[in-house]
Amino acid sequence: MDLALFERKSEFEWHIKPFGKMRVPGVIFASEILLREMDAKVYEQVTNVAMLPGIVKASFAMPDAHWGYGFPIGGVAAFDADAGGVVSAGGVGFDISCGVRTLLTGLRIGDIEAVKVRLADALFNTIPAGMGSTGAIRLKGAEMDKMLRGGARWAVERGFGTEADLQRIEEGGCMRGADPAQVSDQAKKRQRDEMGTLGSGNHYLEIQQVTDVYAPEIAAAFGVKPGDIVVSIHCGSRGLGHQIGTEFLKRMVLAAPDYGLALPDRELACAPIASPLGQEYLGAMRAAINCALANRQILTHLTRQVFSEVLPQARLPLLYDVSHNTCKVEEHKVDGRMKKLHVHRKGATRAFGPGHPDLPYELKNAGQPVLIGGSMGTSSYILAGTEQGMQRAYGSACHGAGRAMSRHQALRNWSGRNVVDDLAGRGILIRSPSMRGVAEEAPGAYKDVSEVVDSSDHAGLARKVARVVPLICIKG
Amino acid sequence: MVTTACWEHFPHQADIGVRGLGATLEQAFEQAALALTAVIADPADVAPREMIRLSCAAPDVELLLVDWLNLLIYEMATRNMLFSRFEVHLEGERLTAQVWGEALDAARHRPAVEVKGATYTALKVVQQSDGSWLAQCVVDV
Repeated sequence: MDLALFERKSEFEWHIKPFGKMRVPGVIFASEILLREMDAKVYEQVTNVAMLPGIVKASFAMPDAHWGYGFPIGGVAAFDADAGGVVSAGGVGFDISCGVRTLLTGLRIGDIEAVKVRLADALFNTIPAGMGSTGAIRLKGAEMDKMLRGGARWAVERGFGTEADLQRIEEGGCMRGADPAQVSDQAKKRQRDEMGTLGSGNHYLEIQQVTDVYAPEIAAAFGVKPGDIVVSIHCGSRGLGHQIGTEFLKRMVLAAPDYGLALPDRELACAPIASPLGQEYLGAMRAAINCALANRQILTHLTRQVFSEVLPQARLPLLYDVSHNTCKVEEHKVDGRMKKLHVHRKGATRAFGPGHPDLPYELKNAGQPVLIGGSMGTSSYILAGTEQGMQRAYGSACHGAGRAMSRHQALRNWSGRNVVDDLAGRGILIRSPSMRGVAEEAPGAYKDVSEVVDSSDHAGLARKVARVVPLICIKG
Repeated sequence: MVTTACWEHFPHQADIGVRGLGATLEQAFEQAALALTAVIADPADVAPREMIRLSCAAPDVELLLVDWLNLLIYEMATRNMLFSRFEVHLEGERLTAQVWGEALDAARHRPAVEVKGATYTALKVVQQSDGSWLAQCVVDV
């Protein structure tokens, strides 16, 4: 990206002055290196989002931003319903509420070395992963609707976890305002056999080791120290979310002229928050958030079952569960006054600072855990939300490494077998139904997650707390 | 004029583009569908054992391409099938098709990835200067 396009506000904050139809500035948080390497499409998409009605303050992009659909992946934008603000299906994306949760285990590195292969095989045999895999639960009719209303709370009521888990999930594990009646029969049918499945692409379940702690006080509140073993699960709302995204994207594209919306890009499909279509989407999208939360809760239960057989001494409490692709109603300070806004995060993590009312009592002083996944051979990070971040970009941070190269190119560069062997040589066990999938997700196809995380930290979006590295990776 | 219809993938930073080329618009749609299958598995490994009929409609050919691919994604997901042979008929805003394929066999097809949806990104349906047709968009995986 050409740095001359930006006004540099600080070392990690780059502004695009409004021009043309832009209603607000564009703001990208990144180091100079990351910004230089960023796809020029991000600039175009950040400025396009700034043209949407009712946008407040700025169109933001996180340090891992890359070319997305309408919104950049790594885009954050908030809209005011009272000022004609919009809700955008493109601004949430296809994999609604895709996210990461991390479980603590109470285990140390020495506890798992002897059973590592057995643990990897048992997880691979238990966690449904890859295309066409199905879960043990078949959902339809009234029970499907209960899941869509209840989210992780529904799953816990069905025996997949504990009440304590719910305190460690955004929205207490249950997104209010979900309306299963707005979810099409097709979307429900697509989900029928997919509860408790990991999916494919960049989704994974990893056993990780904490290697470094950067903020000991916060790490202590989170319950992590060097040498600890944790489990991270990355997946989303499966077929149901994808179908809702697909259907509403089209409906919003077709309805845009009726709402007087001239879209700079069809993928920016949106509708006024106050319109019937906007409200229908919000009802369906919230149901998909609940589907993702329930899905990760069931996968947590399956993981606990495996550990109870292989390492019965382990207890696996939930550290936290974050969602990446959402639109949520939140209160933020704008011009010195608290205001209710519809905050879109597309490939960005909510990162609420200390004292926020959504945080459970034990995390009140530390801030919200912000879980950042890397690629399978490299590090992942645990960060914490900050007060400063609440002022920067509505309490938002990066969400992952971001791809550095296309799947196309990755397939030319690597074979899945070589990637698996290479990682095994470094003590990382990969289990996947697809070697081609592994090649497409090769560590070298991703940007350096450390640079992305350091930029988030230096820009004041979230504070770096701990680094973890993978030991076992179940890849969808 | 292209004498042989064909498909290809084109790069997108996070996902992948599917492109169909053919002498007619119908052929370009058929080839784009093959490119979609090829995102998941090698179409040569998918036997055209079973036929199903599909239809969809949209106000312009570009939206129709996205609808067509999304219909296939939906049918693959809910029938747990892959498709390798396509016959598309277009009449105004309406598409009808016969598609052939078989049940997904994870061991044999080794699916690389499942496709979440077809998008409006890099979406293009155009007749080229030599009279042939091109139909393409990015799919989210």
